[in-house]
Amino acid sequence: MSPEPADRQEYNITAYTENQVGLLNRIAIIFSRRKINIESLNVSPSEIEGIHRFNIVIVETEEVVEKLAKQIEKQVEVLKVYYNTNADVIWQEMALYKVPTDVIAEKVLVERLLRENGARAVVIRKDYTVFETTGHREETDNLIKALQPYGLIEFVRSARIAIIKASDGFHHKLKEFERREPSEDVAENEFLNDREQVFTM
Amino acid sequence: MSPQTLAQPAASPAAAPTTSITGAVATLQALVAEGVDTIFGYPGGAIIPIYDALYDFKEQLNHVLVRHEQGGIHAAQGYARSSGRVGVALATSGPGATNLVTGLADALIDSTPLVCITGQVFAHLLGTDAFQETDIINITTPVTKWNYQVTRAEEIPEALAKAFYIARSGRPGPVLVDITKNAQMQTFDAPAYEPCTHIRSYRPAPVVRNEYIEQAAALINGAKRPFILWGQGVVLGQAEREFQAFVEKSGIPAAWTILGVGALATAHPLNVGMLGMHGNYGPNVLTNECDVLIAIGMRFDDRVTGRLDKYAKQAQVVHLDIDPTEIDKNVKTTVPVWGDCKETLPLLTALVERKEHAAWLARFNDHMAQEVDAVIREELFPTSEELTMGEVIQQLNEITGGEAVIVSDVGQHQMVACRYALQNQSRSHVTSGGLGTMGFALPAAIGAKFGAPHRPVVAVIGDGGVQMTIQELGTIMQTGVDVKIIILNNQFLGMVRQWQELFHQRRYSFVDIQSPDFVAVAAGYRIAGQRVDARDALRPALEKMLAHPGSFLLEVMVTKENNIFPMVPQGCSVAEIRLR
Repeated sequence: MSPEPADRQEYNITAYTENQVGLLNRIAIIFSRRKINIESLNVSPSEIEGIHRFNIVIVETEEVVEKLAKQIEKQVEVLKVYYNTNADVIWQEMALYKVPTDVIAEKVLVERLLRENGARAVVIRKDYTVFETTGHREETDNLIKALQPYGLIEFVRSARIAIIKASDGFHHKLKEFERREPSEDVAENEFLNDREQVFTM
Repeated sequence: MSPQTLAQPAASPAAAPTTSITGAVATLQALVAEGVDTIFGYPGGAIIPIYDALYDFKEQLNHVLVRHEQGGIHAAQGYARSSGRVGVALATSGPGATNLVTGLADALIDSTPLVCITGQVFAHLLGTDAFQETDIINITTPVTKWNYQVTRAEEIPEALAKAFYIARSGRPGPVLVDITKNAQMQTFDAPAYEPCTHIRSYRPAPVVRNEYIEQAAALINGAKRPFILWGQGVVLGQAEREFQAFVEKSGIPAAWTILGVGALATAHPLNVGMLGMHGNYGPNVLTNECDVLIAIGMRFDDRVTGRLDKYAKQAQVVHLDIDPTEIDKNVKTTVPVWGDCKETLPLLTALVERKEHAAWLARFNDHMAQEVDAVIREELFPTSEELTMGEVIQQLNEITGGEAVIVSDVGQHQMVACRYALQNQSRSHVTSGGLGTMGFALPAAIGAKFGAPHRPVVAVIGDGGVQMTIQELGTIMQTGVDVKIIILNNQFLGMVRQWQELFHQRRYSFVDIQSPDFVAVAAGYRIAGQRVDARDALRPALEKMLAHPGSFLLEVMVTKENNIFPMVPQGCSVAEIRLR
């Protein structure tokens, strides 16, 4: 085994794409083909209706990441791809924690814990309470560790979303792009619930 | 304005007249509108509506019934490669569709423009494990440039317009459109067919940047030992003339990858031969002595570069390519010239100085003389009793004068055909370069003949490869297509045997392959044939084959344990190429 290249680090890949069925797979296989693990993946509409934004986190060298970014951008339905180190982005993950309400109510310590971790109650019911925090991985991890002794019921964490520090003009360009050529509607299968009415042979 | 005109809304000028047709008819109308004349296919349950519509399109579309969908797609590839047009293959769902996968992978890696249309189960059955249902979109995503599933008839014209546009524009490649059976059967009001000329997220033709052209020209003009490597990009860009002008003005020796062969005639004085593992001696050795390497429409495949960390390290590299992912992929580029070489080459030619590199060119010729002594003379004009593959190609050259379209399969015979076949013009050698697909040649030759009906087409195939798709003799029988088939039979899976001999202590593990009586098999398909195992019978047999009206199968028994040399052993640099 060759030693781990020293310059492997987390990279944040940002891709603006069309909203099309199957594109997620087309992008995902660019990584899996090379046996690269995706550490985090967020796909959601951008601020422009019809344009989606991928945030993908992987650990690799810059040389590999650059080639991956080009391969993603080469896909017909991809508009633009950027890659950045963690130093070049501001990022957050969101986490939800479900804990028994009686424990929260009785143990003052927990309240302080939540305060210290910047958690916010989203839902408070008789049986359980859901807290929310946002932050880096270590921050959301810390609260899990702290809540575990108090009967943590369920936990979920979102993928990372990242804002690029040097992104002057992004929004304007995106708006202009969409204005010049509006996006097409995504075509989905509308027959899946029509089984009884269709002749099938 | 009269009340009458007010009552009638004015027709929008943009609204074209529509006609009510089925999705199946719309599919075939799209093919006709895209200029398709020949399609290769095989019917089945999920594509019956399209085949039903095809019954009424016999005048416009020549459908070639193949014997296996893999044969169909390889034929479409052969058609595309010999004609420069988009090849079209048709298959049904499930096994029909999965049988296309090898051809799609082959076409993607060799940048062949294809549109494949597959039938699919009814849209409401998707995901239910219906009969002959397979998720062909996800199966083919890694092996297509683009693919799309149609579930409503209304989507068909636009999906096919996009498919043709994507397949042939930019760096060409295969696309697949999967059409559910309900979409084929539905009727809809179809507007007049509109070809696609633009997709907002897709940039097939990059903008050429002049500063790079200028930097490239400066490097080339200052070079003492410049060397051109060209690939299929020159052919795909239809830039053969622009390329020749560049080579001739700059006076730079030029060598080719196996898919670039023929873009500059093999007999041209500046064509110094073939690159790569079994390429010519000079081009390999001198790659590591040139000072400026000019790569045009080629992708520095590992079979071309050998060991990368010892590849042309002394050279400054100029790389012309339409695909930005190829720049710096394998070899670091000094000056990238991103663009269509049809556009970039004339710009570069205008800036390069007219030169002759006589002393440098002489070094290629010296190396060629060594290679002739060590390898080529004995291969083409053997003194041994047994026939060689090379002499078959040499005799063929003498008869055809380099005018035939050669279609080669994969293995030793392929290297011999690539090394020795004379090629006077572009699009004269169809072979599976990137994927190395055994079984490619027989169906590809069928397609190549449909794509170049006025040129003789000669398939050169090994005894192993031909048995992988031999059922396509049935396609030849039924269509009467005139394909000449030469089987170079060394009674071995020769290339693997060569590696086992050279690198695995002659442990011949499962390379000893038996063959049927190929001439008898051909006769079973009513194809004329002959078997030759003596030198004096070779020339007359080749002449008879080429003069024969219609297809002909010629089996030539060649020496069993010949090796292909020169050879760059795996893991070695191009400069370590062995002559024996």
